[in-house]
Amino acid sequence: MSEIPENAPEHCPGPDSSGAGQASACAGCPNQNLCSSGAAAAPDADAAAILERLSSIKHKLVVLSGKGGVGKSTVTAMLARALASEPHIQVGILDVDICGPSQPRVLGVAEESVHAAGTGWSPIYIEDNLAVMSIGFLLESLEDAVMWRGPSKNGLIKRFLKDVEWGKLDYLILDTPPGTSDEHLTVAHYLLQASSVAAIVVTTPQEVSLLDVRKEITFCEKVKLPIIGIVENMTSFVCPKCKHESIVFPSSTGGAASLSLECGIPVLARLPIDPLIARACDEGSDYLSTADQQSPAVLAYKQLAEKIREYFSASQGAAS
Amino acid sequence: MSDPETVLRGVGATIVVLSGKGGVGKSTTAVQLAFTLRKLGHKVGILDVDLCGPSIPRMLAVEDQDVLTTPQGKWVPVFADKERKLSVVSIAFFLNSKKDAVIWRGPKKNSMIKQLLTAVDWDVDYLIIDTPPGTSDEHLAVMENIRCANVLGAVLVTTPQMLSVDDVTRELTFCRKTQLNVLGIIENMAGYVCPNCSECSNILAWGGGEALAERASLTFLGRVPIEPKLTQCTETGDNFMEKFAQSPVASVYESIVQKLLASGARRDGGGTERSQHCDDSMDIDR
Repeated sequence: MSEIPENAPEHCPGPDSSGAGQASACAGCPNQNLCSSGAAAAPDADAAAILERLSSIKHKLVVLSGKGGVGKSTVTAMLARALASEPHIQVGILDVDICGPSQPRVLGVAEESVHAAGTGWSPIYIEDNLAVMSIGFLLESLEDAVMWRGPSKNGLIKRFLKDVEWGKLDYLILDTPPGTSDEHLTVAHYLLQASSVAAIVVTTPQEVSLLDVRKEITFCEKVKLPIIGIVENMTSFVCPKCKHESIVFPSSTGGAASLSLECGIPVLARLPIDPLIARACDEGSDYLSTADQQSPAVLAYKQLAEKIREYFSASQGAAS
Repeated sequence: MSDPETVLRGVGATIVVLSGKGGVGKSTTAVQLAFTLRKLGHKVGILDVDLCGPSIPRMLAVEDQDVLTTPQGKWVPVFADKERKLSVVSIAFFLNSKKDAVIWRGPKKNSMIKQLLTAVDWDVDYLIIDTPPGTSDEHLAVMENIRCANVLGAVLVTTPQMLSVDDVTRELTFCRKTQLNVLGIIENMAGYVCPNCSECSNILAWGGGEALAERASLTFLGRVPIEPKLTQCTETGDNFMEKFAQSPVASVYESIVQKLLASGARRDGGGTERSQHCDDSMDIDR
């Protein structure tokens, strides 16, 4: 996939589209001749290298949500830890949220840095079998803002997919920014060349969140990314004092359950709010192994991990 | 660069609501600030530049409306109240169904935002621009185009967690680099009061926004607790500031708006800051 240059005309169809160089927007563009010659649509040299790298990764799971702040990064990190609780399972996390990387803090490695070597990037290891890569490790300070437009972000994501030396992985979980734009298109494009790729969609119960999640589901349908299911986060809150369960974010339209009926996608989990989770994410500690093993949140996350395992082993069985 | 004559014409002063983090309440804040300004008698507009996840139309219960076009080819904002004092423009009005996704890469988003900033026929005292999370195409496009408009500055929204404060710190760096005045920080979702026993739980930690304001020498505009009634209003499109005018949360928003207006007045007395921005070149990508 070639990238659309920054100075492209307003309705540039994209150098690799069938209308490249021929669309009305192309008139007067300095690249018109190049595009219409078809040279720009030539196969992407990096695609082969990325496919090679992905070939040693068994399953790829993309954590998506149209909405921000619904818990994509928390779900990503918890799920990775839950999957990696089996010592022989190798798990990697790739944080493709370029402007707001959260994984370094959530996993407690915010101070680490990765230097690009000639051969590639070595990810940061949280456990022997749990590694993570994020732009956060490439920035000099926590305050650095990544003020990049789309093409620069795509370039980095491509390098992440091509150059991070994960070794052999059972699961690679990708944490994405909110929206349906550059990052998502780039990730979907490259991952879908490999096999065993699927997504989960995270939402909170409110219609304002479901609204954006519907768009994300439309996105997945358009790029043909299979969705395992919906994860409803922040469903309810149990008061630590009186144990009364209350709804913090009331839904006017029935939450994930009604979205599930509407789109025919199963609800995989309904995760309660637990102030200890927010704290663990700020401190980078491992909530799943330190919290009360019978707490509703721990049980819900373990069940979610089990469903992900089942999905991929079933799809693997079907494929072979 | 856009022609300064056409950018945000018909707008008195502009406030940009920003946050590096998603889901911290940018849109909810934008809507409550607009309701509050309107209550004070001002004509207010909201421009939703979140192209992939527009929330404002739902929060104002105008989801099904369409934007009309004047004979001059300008877009007419959708009015969200009978008195026609609160108007809104969002990409959601241009989509066929609420399922439609805007799957666009940067350049296309940039041109849409430029159009939203230049082609709307506003008639408002204050315009609030609601942005998507991040520091990327949408934000750069807004900043490039509004430098010649009368911009009071940015309101940064965060939740109390460090996870959110990290991203807002990055947004602050963005504001500094693009020379956008920062009006202050709002700490949203600070504490939740159990409806059964009135115990206040700090679901998402506490104090991160205020600490950031202190560290960066910025005005701390206020702390808004989690209020299910407010969530309910943003779901149904009700005017929280009228329906629950006596609630503590309503008075927090009133005090925030007073601080904003005071700092805007100071700024207007401060002379010609905006004209000097107009001549700077902006080359910040990479």
